[in-house]
Amino acid sequence: MTFAEKRKKTLRLMKRNWLLYVFLLPAVLFIVLFKYGPMYGLQIAFQNYSITKGFSGSEWVGLKWFIKFFESPRFWVLLKNTLTLSLYSLVVGFPIPIILALVLNNVKGVKRKKFAQTITYMPHFISTVVLVGMISAFFSPSSGFVNTLLSYLGGSGDTYFMGDPSYFSHMYVWSGVWQEAGWGSIIYMAALAGVDPTLHEAAMIDGANKFKRIIHIDLPTIIPTIIIMLIMRCGSILGVGYEKVFLMQNDMNIAVSEVISTYVYKLGLINRQYSYSTAVGLFNNAINFTLLVIVNKAAKKISGSSLW
Amino acid sequence: MENGMMSVKRAQKIRQRHTWDDILFEVITKLLLIFFVVIVAYPIYFIIVASFSDPVYANNGSILLFPKGFTLMGYERVFEDERIWIGYLNTIIYTVSGTALGTAVVLLAGYAFSRKDLPGSGILMKLFIFTMYFSGGMIPLFLVVNEMGLVNTRWSVILLGCVSVYNIIIVRSFMANTISDELMDAATIDGCGNGMFFFKIVLPLSKAVIAVMVLYIAVSYWNGYFNAMIFLTDTDKYPLQLFLRQILLMATQSGSDLNLIQQDPELADQLATSAQLVKYGMIVIATAPIICLYPFVQKYFVKGVMIGSVKG
Repeated sequence: MTFAEKRKKTLRLMKRNWLLYVFLLPAVLFIVLFKYGPMYGLQIAFQNYSITKGFSGSEWVGLKWFIKFFESPRFWVLLKNTLTLSLYSLVVGFPIPIILALVLNNVKGVKRKKFAQTITYMPHFISTVVLVGMISAFFSPSSGFVNTLLSYLGGSGDTYFMGDPSYFSHMYVWSGVWQEAGWGSIIYMAALAGVDPTLHEAAMIDGANKFKRIIHIDLPTIIPTIIIMLIMRCGSILGVGYEKVFLMQNDMNIAVSEVISTYVYKLGLINRQYSYSTAVGLFNNAINFTLLVIVNKAAKKISGSSLW
Repeated sequence: MENGMMSVKRAQKIRQRHTWDDILFEVITKLLLIFFVVIVAYPIYFIIVASFSDPVYANNGSILLFPKGFTLMGYERVFEDERIWIGYLNTIIYTVSGTALGTAVVLLAGYAFSRKDLPGSGILMKLFIFTMYFSGGMIPLFLVVNEMGLVNTRWSVILLGCVSVYNIIIVRSFMANTISDELMDAATIDGCGNGMFFFKIVLPLSKAVIAVMVLYIAVSYWNGYFNAMIFLTDTDKYPLQLFLRQILLMATQSGSDLNLIQQDPELADQLATSAQLVKYGMIVIATAPIICLYPFVQKYFVKGVMIGSVKG
């Protein structure tokens, strides 16, 4: 087909399917306004932005805000807090759904399996506000049952788990595991459903016990899924969500609980330092995006599985 | 024949040898499963039991399995609080309108993207997907919404939560796999245009994915608080989750409370414990609709994850 013919065909298709462009219009509008609009607004990270002057009237200041952020003592504290939470979440939160999926996959009896799935998926539907409310009720020093139980076991019984900085990361990570492990196992369950049963039969005849079969048959089948999930997790290594951290923060744990995203929120929307906080947010997003690209490339080379 | 007999016998022998390994394995997986289920279920169960119990027992650890000192006081107090009613009403408004709008936009876009004969849709999809991995961030978004005059309007909450690229991808994958080219060709020959084909044939065949979308979007509206916290200033527009945040997490001791503790520590203690009971009741009231509905529609949620996990 020549170039002219191709163009003619394209035009014919566009004309015939014009209605489909209308179908796309609302979504495109949304993406342009609320996704690409803010990306255009990222320029204020390099400006001394004021609302009255707008994007075009504000003066350019180059990398001033970035330098200010890197030189401030806060930078290292924020980076350390963010990395602590995300790496701890990764190390604990990544393998547990896989183990859960392998366990669920070996449950005999449809009803029993369904019951276990229903229960373990359930916390996913609890809102962040309620989750944090539950934590603070259970772990309250004056009225929470955890402290009461600990005092029976010989503990002091008045530990302020939500206030003591040394407990913060544990509370954050393990409550996250509690909420999301079940839901996270679904994707591995789906992959496990694709395991060829004849492989298991053959291995059984060769004398492999169940544990060996899981290691040598089930696990290799879900490796591509594991890699994809791992890439996604690595891409958000600095992306500790503000929603839960923000709700768990208080004056006593703020030294360890302030992460980059909550700092951006306070700096920007409470203190109204628009340019500075946009610069901090942009630094965060740029690192995340770069990490994602690098990890994805590496995964593609090593294992052949990748996001794109 | 003899050979076959031999191998069956050998297999039996091997199976016997490994029976003990497998029994051990069975025991370990069973224990693990029970452990997972109990750990997940117990906190939820405790909240429900505690919300019906005398707060004194809930706090001193003497109710672990069954309600004690049955009372409905917590719920009475919850329903007396008018913030709960305002919040519930607002959340229903946001959830219903946002879900209707979001589902419509996502279905239309997902269908258009599922068609292979639409010039330009490939590059457009890439531009959509890019926004999943890179965003302008919180402050520029706030400024854009402010510029549009949407700050402190209900539209800010409704519009910002309604479209997600991930949902569009789920719809696209589903429709690309369900609606065959032959079906499309047959309909075209019968004189069926794109619009009629979508509404008369595609939608009726897509009931499962419509259910997935409605549920996903509705849950995200029901549980979300952050957009509302950023964009709303009037409390009469607050969704339930923001009021919950006030009641569950921001109830700090005020000056009068401190006075009371000095004058009458016993009464202050009672007030604190009954406040705890109200919290348990509130958690149940706010979460019950979703948790009760969810087991019946679980298969749709799971289906959504399955479709979304198919690459491409």
